[in-house]
This record gives sequence, C-alpha cells and structure tokens, in this order.
Amino acid sequence: MNRIITLIALAAAFISPAAPANQEIRLDSAPIDVRDVVSLQSGARTFVNYCLNCHSASAMRYNRLEDLGLTESQIRDNLMFAADKVGELMTVSMTRKDAKDWFGVVPPDLSVIARSRGANWLYTYLRAFYRDPGNATGWNNLAFPGVAMPHVLWQLQGERILKEEVVKDGAGREIKDEHGNSRKQIRLETLTPGLMTAVEYDVLARDLVNYMAWMAEPNQVMRKQVGIIVLLALLILVVLTYLLYREFWKDVH
Amino acid sequence: MAATQKQAITGAGPLNGLLTWIDQRYPLMSTWREHLAEYYAPKNFNFWYYFGSLAMFVLVIQIVSGIFLTMNYKPDASQAFASVEYIMRDVPWGWWIRYMHSTGASAFFICVYLHMFRAMLYGSYRQPRELLWIFGVFIYLCLMAEAFFGYLLPWGQMSYWGAQVIVNLFSSVPFIGEDLSVWIRGDYVISDATLNRFFAFHVIAVPLVLLGLVVAHLLALHEVGSNNPDGIEIKKNKDPRTGIPFDGIPFHPYYTVKDTFGVAVFLLVFCIIVFFAPEMGGYFLEYNNFIPADPLKTPQHIAPVWYFTPYYSVLRAVPPMFNSQFPGVLAMGISTLILFFLPWLDRSPVKSIRYRGPLYKSALAIFVIAFFLLGYLGTEPTNVWGQFGDWLGGADRATVAARIGTILYFLFFVLMPWYTSIDKTRPEPQRVTS
Repeated sequence: MNRIITLIALAAAFISPAAPANQEIRLDSAPIDVRDVVSLQSGARTFVNYCLNCHSASAMRYNRLEDLGLTESQIRDNLMFAADKVGELMTVSMTRKDAKDWFGVVPPDLSVIARSRGANWLYTYLRAFYRDPGNATGWNNLAFPGVAMPHVLWQLQGERILKEEVVKDGAGREIKDEHGNSRKQIRLETLTPGLMTAVEYDVLARDLVNYMAWMAEPNQVMRKQVGIIVLLALLILVVLTYLLYREFWKDVH
Repeated sequence: MAATQKQAITGAGPLNGLLTWIDQRYPLMSTWREHLAEYYAPKNFNFWYYFGSLAMFVLVIQIVSGIFLTMNYKPDASQAFASVEYIMRDVPWGWWIRYMHSTGASAFFICVYLHMFRAMLYGSYRQPRELLWIFGVFIYLCLMAEAFFGYLLPWGQMSYWGAQVIVNLFSSVPFIGEDLSVWIRGDYVISDATLNRFFAFHVIAVPLVLLGLVVAHLLALHEVGSNNPDGIEIKKNKDPRTGIPFDGIPFHPYYTVKDTFGVAVFLLVFCIIVFFAPEMGGYFLEYNNFIPADPLKTPQHIAPVWYFTPYYSVLRAVPPMFNSQFPGVLAMGISTLILFFLPWLDRSPVKSIRYRGPLYKSALAIFVIAFFLLGYLGTEPTNVWGQFGDWLGGADRATVAARIGTILYFLFFVLMPWYTSIDKTRPEPQRVTS
C-alpha cells in the first residue's frame, strides 16, 4: 500500500481551498478478475459484513452467489444476515428517512455502482480514507472529498492522516507553476496501524471491488463465453454467404 | 374476372397449389416481380450500398428485441430502473435482448448516417429522387424521436436529465414555450407521467410512423429506380427487345445474396459489441445512466448519446440572444430540417462525386470534418480544451471550435447553389463503370 497510496502526487490545485470539491485524482488501476472465484467469494464476505448494513444491492439476489461456487446452505449460514429466503434481494432495513437523518444522504444502492463509478475509482476510494476532524464523521477521502461515509474498514486498515509537503527539485529548490504557486504533493501517513498489513488491506479492497464489479453484471462471464461461440458461428456464416454471393455474381459482367 | 386470368404458379413443388390459390386473390406474384425478381438495380453498387438494407435489418432487430423487452419492462418511475436490472439478471437471456436493443440503437444511427452520406456522395437525392430523399429525412427525424423517447425509459441519471434538457428546449419558444413544455411533459418536471407517455410514443406511436415511412421510402425507390455510384440513369439504356436496362440486374437473386453477405458481416461486428463491449466505452451505454434518476441531483456534465452530439454542439455553440436560448434551439432545428432542401440546393450538372469538381469534393470533406468535430465536442464539457488567454476574453476553446464547426456545417448547405454551379465537372459516362 505504501507503494501506491502514500504518494498520491497531485498538483497544488487539489489541496488549495479554492479547488472544486470534485477535483479528480489519478486513479489506481484495480487488479481485478471477475473469473477469480476465490477472490469473489472473499469479496462477497467483506461486502455482506461491511457494506450491506447501510448500502443495499437491491438488484442482487442472495442465491445468485451460487454462481461463485457456493451452496445454498453456505450462503444462508455465512452470508445472509438480514433476509429469510435465499431468493431475496440484498436490501437493507434502514429507511431512507433514517439514512438521511443519520448521514445527511441516503447511501447509494451498490448493485451497479461498479458500472457508474468504475472499478478503478472504487479501488482508489476504498484505499484513500484519512482522519479529518473537520468533517462530520471524522473521516475524509482523497477520491471523494467531504464524503458522508465514515471509514467502515478502519479497524482493518488503521488510521491515517494527510500530510502536505512542498515538492523540491534535485537542487532542493521549490517547483513553481505558472501562477507562482509552489507545487505540493500530499501523502497519507499512518497514525495507528490496523489489524491488517498494507498489502493484506490492498488484497481485501481488491477482492471487494472485484465482487462489486462482478455483481454489477453477474452474466458478464457467460456473456463472453457465449460471444465466442456466436462469433465462430458467424464467421462460418460470413464465409458461406460470401461463397454464395460469388457463385451468383459469376455471370454479372 | 381478372383473378382467373392469372397463370398457375409453377416451380414451387408442393406449394404450387397454395400459391396459385393465394395469387388469384392477392397480388402475390406481381408484388414479387415488381419489387424483387424484376426490379432492376444497377449492377455497379459498391460498399456504400449495403447500408440501406442493413438499416432495415437493424429495424427488425429493434422491433423484435423491443417486443421482448416490453414484456418485462415497467414504465413506472419507481420501478423502471429496477425492471431494467431485472431484465439484465433474472430474465433468461434478458441481458442479451437488452444489449441487442441498446447496441441496435447506435447501430441504426451508424447505418443511417452512412446511408445518408452515400446519398451525398453519389447525388442520390437529385431529380427524380427528391421525394425518396424527403421520405428518408422524415425517417431520420422519426428515428431521432424514437431514440430520444427510448432513452428516458431506463430511468437513469442521463435518461432523466437528458430528457429534462431536451424538453426544456421547447420552453424557450417565445410566448407559448412554458405551456408547451408542460404539455409535453404532462408535469412541471420530468416525472412518472412523462415516462408513461414517452413509453407509449416509443413502443407504438413512433414505430408505427417509422414503418409507414420505410414502406413509402421503398415504394418511392422502386418507382424511380436506384441511383448508382456513377450517378447516371440506367433506364436511359434499355434493351429494346425486353425493356430491361442493359446495366440492370434483378434485385433478387443478385442483391438479395449480396445483402445477405452484408448482413453476415454486419452481424459479426454487431455481436463483437453486444458480447464483448456493450457499453462501447461509455458511448453506447453512458456510465452515468447506471445511477437511478434523481430529480434533486443535477449531474455536472449532461451529454446526450453520441448520435445526437453534433446537434447538441450546434445548440451550445449559439450564444443566447435577447435573453433567450431560442436562437440556439432554432439553429439546432434548422440544422436537421435543412436536409430537406438538399435536392434543390445542389445545382451541379452531374450527380456523382466521381464526376464532380474540386469545389464540391472539398466542401463535402469540410462538412464531414465539421460534423465529426461537432460530434466529438458534444460529448465533452465545453471547457474540455481549456480557455484562450486574455486576448480572446478567456473564451472556451471548445466553444469557439463548435462555433466554427457550426458555421461550416451551415455554409455547406447555404453556399451549395453557388459552388456546385461554378464547379468544374467532368462528363458523365453513357454506361455505368465498375
């Protein structure tokens, strides 16, 4: 994690107070693979334990997890906390009004979040929380400044704070941009370590994002498998129709 | 009686009797002959001539996949988004049907744009095919309406705010604008009432008109005969014995087999997108449309789907005048309606680009570049290329580029009578070349 997170180098604009709240940061590439069933199972476990308390995934049925190689009883015993039947949708009991009162916003449904935000954003976001007493929850996020969500995984990752420092060139001089502002970079420094090492936490985030990417379209693996067969059949059709066309057109001069 | 004078049908084996029975009560053989077996099309059609039949093929895909989507979709503001995900997950092969339909929408526009460009290359809109062209422009407008209504149905953020933007355009019409937009929406904002009526327009009203126009388009085509890459009339050179054009070949079987090959190649490309890249990098399915519609949260950047972006650019390029956005709306409207006048703007003595001079060739090239430029800019926020310095008042570079593109777009049409009449053309051949 030190490798990636501790040095999210940014232009000075990002931390200057005038910067718009949506200033984009460079996203880390999420090393996901939606065919990696072990990773998906691990991600599903993290998802139902940590996310599914506030966020729903209301397009997703629990028994769809059977696609990940789990049996119905495994799902029922290990992954279902808030539903009676395995065919139910992944909803939450929190009402929209309560959510609004407690967090200020309704936590978004996560069914297709990987399709709107993108896996890279989710992966970066989950690894970009830091302590910020200025924000209502005491947490803030580099990928989502002013986020209403606290760092739910903080016990695993530990607490970090934002450090800002001026970038110097090889000769020890400050680098200025065209407006004369010093170039600064920010990094996240560990305040208290968590239960996991940095690498373990990255793997957890990877698995969780992998799961959300899979959940956003559970048919995506099958879609590509079917696609290959369809394309092979169409290739034959192209050849046959071409030969038919040449045969008929022989007598056109 | 006329019916009894018809000859019995032969050559269909066991079906001879049935077909004869039908033919005596219905213009079966005469229709077959007039539109397929004895419709003589020029023998020199090239690559560009595939897109008419392909557009029709996509229309069939859209209608069939649309019927199956309708069986599971709920046109209800509180259920629409979830019902699309239900189709994607719980309906057997629902994802396939949905991706066929969403990819088909873009494929339809690709085919139609290439089909229209073909007409501009070879002067297919010229006399005697003006009405054929007009039907075609109506089809294009219908298609835009169909795509617009359909895009609201998934009820995502882009569906919602895209519709909001477009319907608000009508509110800029002087005097009646506000009432007009409320009348269109059935509410003061885009709402359940709007979704319901858009659904009705999308699944029955517009497709009905579209199908009627396609029939009219084909009837007009078969009345005047197809143009060809040389832009000359094959009917001028007929075999005196048979009355068949020397350069004509029966549509069936020659072009039916050729178009079948075209369909196979098209399906190959189409299926690569459907099965491997249905979002097409956010151009066919916009990422923001996977967020459910939220009337209280305006997205930062509202972009229409790619096929509308050239016109969206025109809209944004025109600055507000007299405190009204109406001039931009007017410019956008005119930029599509001006296509109707193309047959009368073109004064060239030849039809095909093969025999036109450098002026038309350059004008068409500039037009295509302007169209692509406007199309690209319409997908991006206006600050995509940053701002000019103080010497230009810090204007958005993209806005200036869109203005230039818009002017070039209109100049192509407005100056056409002038540059086509003074252009240096080459003589057309007597017979088609290969």
